[in-house]
Amino acid sequence: MRTSGRIRLDWPLVATAVVLSLYGIAVVYSAGQTDVPTAVAHVYRQQILWFGLGLCAAYLVSRASVRLLEWATVPAYVGTIAVLVLLLFIGKGSGTAASSKSWLVLGGVRLGQPSELAKITVVMMLAKVLAGYRQAPRALVELWKPALIVGIPWALVMLQPDLGTGIVFVGIFFLMLFWAGVSWELLVLLASPVISLVLAFSTSLWGAWFLLLLALVIWYKPYLWESVFVVGANVVSGVVAPLLWSHLGAYRQSRLRVFLDPNTDPLRSGYHVIQSQVAIGSGGWFGKGFTMGTQKRLAFLPEQHTDFIFSVVGEELGFIGVTVALALFAFLFYRVVRVAARASDSYSSLVAFGLLGLWFTHVVENVGMTLNLTPVTGIPLPFFSYGGSFMFACWLAVGLLARISSEGRGGGEGQIAL
Amino acid sequence: MSFHPNEVARRARVALLLIGGALAILVIAFFRTQIIRNQEWALRSEENRLREVPLPAPRGNIVDRTGRILAENVVGYTVSILPQSLDSLRGTLQRVAGLVPLSRGEIDAAVRRYRRSPVRPTVILPDATFEEISVLEEHRIDLPNLIIQSSPKRYYPAGSAVAAFIGSIGEVSDSELTTPAFDGYKPGQLVGKQGLERQYESTLRGREGSRFVEVDARGRVVREVGAREDLQPQQGTPLYTNIDLDLQEYVAQLFGDSLTGGAVALEPRTGGVLALYSAPSWDPNRFVGGVSVAYYDSLLHDPRAPLYNKATQGTYPPGSTWKLATAVIGLSDSLVSMDSHMPQPCTGRFYYGNRYWACWDASGHGDLTLSEAIEKSCDVYFYQLGLRIGLTRLIAGGLQLGMGQSTGIDLPEDNRPRFPDRLKYFDEKYGPNGWTPGATVMNMSIGQGENAQTVLGMAKFYTALAEDGMEATPEIRTMAPQRSRIFSLSPDQLANVRSALMGVVRAGGTAASAQIKGVMLAGKTGTAQSGVRKNGVELNHAWFAGFAPADDPKIVVVVMLEFGGHGPRAARIASSIIGHYLKTTPTALLETGG
Repeated sequence: MRTSGRIRLDWPLVATAVVLSLYGIAVVYSAGQTDVPTAVAHVYRQQILWFGLGLCAAYLVSRASVRLLEWATVPAYVGTIAVLVLLLFIGKGSGTAASSKSWLVLGGVRLGQPSELAKITVVMMLAKVLAGYRQAPRALVELWKPALIVGIPWALVMLQPDLGTGIVFVGIFFLMLFWAGVSWELLVLLASPVISLVLAFSTSLWGAWFLLLLALVIWYKPYLWESVFVVGANVVSGVVAPLLWSHLGAYRQSRLRVFLDPNTDPLRSGYHVIQSQVAIGSGGWFGKGFTMGTQKRLAFLPEQHTDFIFSVVGEELGFIGVTVALALFAFLFYRVVRVAARASDSYSSLVAFGLLGLWFTHVVENVGMTLNLTPVTGIPLPFFSYGGSFMFACWLAVGLLARISSEGRGGGEGQIAL
Repeated sequence: MSFHPNEVARRARVALLLIGGALAILVIAFFRTQIIRNQEWALRSEENRLREVPLPAPRGNIVDRTGRILAENVVGYTVSILPQSLDSLRGTLQRVAGLVPLSRGEIDAAVRRYRRSPVRPTVILPDATFEEISVLEEHRIDLPNLIIQSSPKRYYPAGSAVAAFIGSIGEVSDSELTTPAFDGYKPGQLVGKQGLERQYESTLRGREGSRFVEVDARGRVVREVGAREDLQPQQGTPLYTNIDLDLQEYVAQLFGDSLTGGAVALEPRTGGVLALYSAPSWDPNRFVGGVSVAYYDSLLHDPRAPLYNKATQGTYPPGSTWKLATAVIGLSDSLVSMDSHMPQPCTGRFYYGNRYWACWDASGHGDLTLSEAIEKSCDVYFYQLGLRIGLTRLIAGGLQLGMGQSTGIDLPEDNRPRFPDRLKYFDEKYGPNGWTPGATVMNMSIGQGENAQTVLGMAKFYTALAEDGMEATPEIRTMAPQRSRIFSLSPDQLANVRSALMGVVRAGGTAASAQIKGVMLAGKTGTAQSGVRKNGVELNHAWFAGFAPADDPKIVVVVMLEFGGHGPRAARIASSIIGHYLKTTPTALLETGG
């Protein structure tokens, strides 16, 4: 195991990330090719620049030992929280999310979106805390510390407001708890009030869920007062949901309603999702050809270089292009799981799996949204969506993973045949 | 924290299963969207980007019997907008209004058209001038959703001379679109509204073509997509008519600007309409591309009612021109012969039912035969003939002569005359005690009372007088004549009727001033009481119905001058028409008064 000099590079992992980035940059280029040119026509150049910067950052990070990173975790996390608090006062909006305060702007220069980096520091901090447990938590009360670590930045992000990043934090939280060995029953109990909240809109669905939950409680036998708490929380959620609904802004209400049926508002809220489906669906097997998508060219497809970039893949490169992209992601995820499973220590393993959780949540949410399988929340697709901060953050993650991989057990050495 | 390798391996397997499952679901979802439902989405994608722009078809030409053009198409320009929404339409209209004059009414009309059919380009200027087009083309960049195209524009070279039968075109209305006759029509299309344009709409309209343009999400026209060959517009079928445009224009010129009334010239053997005119007329060209409110209002508020067709729609008491019907009924029923005298000679008045009934000539006509009574148009003779026929037989006879039916001409404007269909008609109208058969039959026998005929209807009746009882249905389009016998008289009787009608236009007859040199003219004047009074004097309609040459009729002419005074005035116009048609000159030219 080397701590300095050349590292044993996880070539399959890095190569997959490079291929994904190049694929992404090509699609960002295509996204700019519209019949009536807009500013998007040139953003691929910035994307290449950020890709370059990301590669450098990844190289530097891969030089640093995991121990150094672990040592830096707490200051990085505290600094992240500080920046997120600061953002609530000086943050700026941008593009479609003009009212959100996600951008850090200093002296008129847009520096980036700190919440992208916050995702990584939260992963690191959560890994540090979870690695400290001697045994996997069996009671909800034992989870107060990880919950707080994710809860604080989550609340700050939701105040911006940035629902997409909030969802990513939740995804990271649950997946890392899973990796830390928390049983699935406890995870379900933990998530149950939120599930109740969602299902409360249909009384019969909520009723069925509630019966299942009761069965789970009886089977899992948590502490009595915890059972009471979970059941009570579910009842309250079911009752509160309709009240909460009426307190939601009209904008959020329509977002949710449109998710259930985009055609309720085909010209406004449902427009994005419908046009995205039209673009993807009209792509067929092989697509309309690179840069030739009519939905994109004629500006029917909104946010074609950011949130809905995968619709461009679907329209221009067809089902084949989509499958190739998803296969690349699948291979990347496989390699990351492998890194996590072979990591030398539990902190490294948890960081690796947390970064996987980050990417996985992004991919499922973003790609699902283009087909209306998940609600439209506006989070970017890793390596594809135009956006410097996220490209940079993704490559930072690649650097971290490369380091963890090099410090982990080599192929065939361990007992794990992954 | 349990990081025993076996535990980790188990969790890694679960994680991979979870990831693989999620991605597999995504791949299946994409397969479903892109492969299984591909056609549906591909169609929507095409609908997004392609807009159909209709190419109006040129309407079929309408030509007269000599091949002269009555209606054709010239090059016009239309300007339309491809709007995204009502707001974008209003925005573009605002910008267009800043460049070319656009009235409130035109803007409202455009908004109406958009509401009716949001997917078709909204026409804003149906008939744009070349100057307007030039200005708009210059500002093309600022108006990216504007469509300017040349399209056929209807033109009537003879203008107002042919309005009475050619009719007009206009945009199909909402109420028309709901009727089965307009199945397959789309809002904004032009259709015949009156006259031949409406009557023969289905053959004249042709087939609309279309081309496609590619638009972007904001409705801006990005490029032309070539039109397919099978989507080219097809011109409508030409319509060949019996009209003699030369004669038609001559009739229009005779009426000039001052006379009000109607005139019809028919070919007696075929019923072919040579000329059909209603005065005052209007210009059908001004209805093309939407009639202006000012012009339409001026027509609507003109006391002489130009839009009311006085040849085919207006019904007027026929006056003495109807005495031939009375005579034919009497002769057919053998109640009278051409040489019969009536019990009382004409002394200028006739005593019946406690009062005197005046003859038009107060000095009296003396003892007359039927022939002489027709020549002199003696009312006293016909009062007595009417009483002899009786009301029941007079009505039955009139109905047999077609006096109760519309003419069957191939025009939408073909009003039914007013004529009692049965005796009870009078009971219903006046009450059982409100009328007496005697007074009624006397009135009707001289063409007054409950009897109002169209000019065209009288012309149709006179084709039977010209053709020995064979009546011909008036036809504007060239087609097989439709004839039917409405009365049978012996050759002797027919010869006598004809010579009596010739006597009218001879020295001593009521229309002596209407003689034509070298042509034997047969006809009957009429001076019909209108019931309308002006300055205490009752106004009369002047009628003349006749045919020529008397021995071999080539033309039947009926002229009616609304509130136009006495029959001889109409007779002189009619004889000018006949003279023009037969290429001879009337002996006495048209003069005022008489």
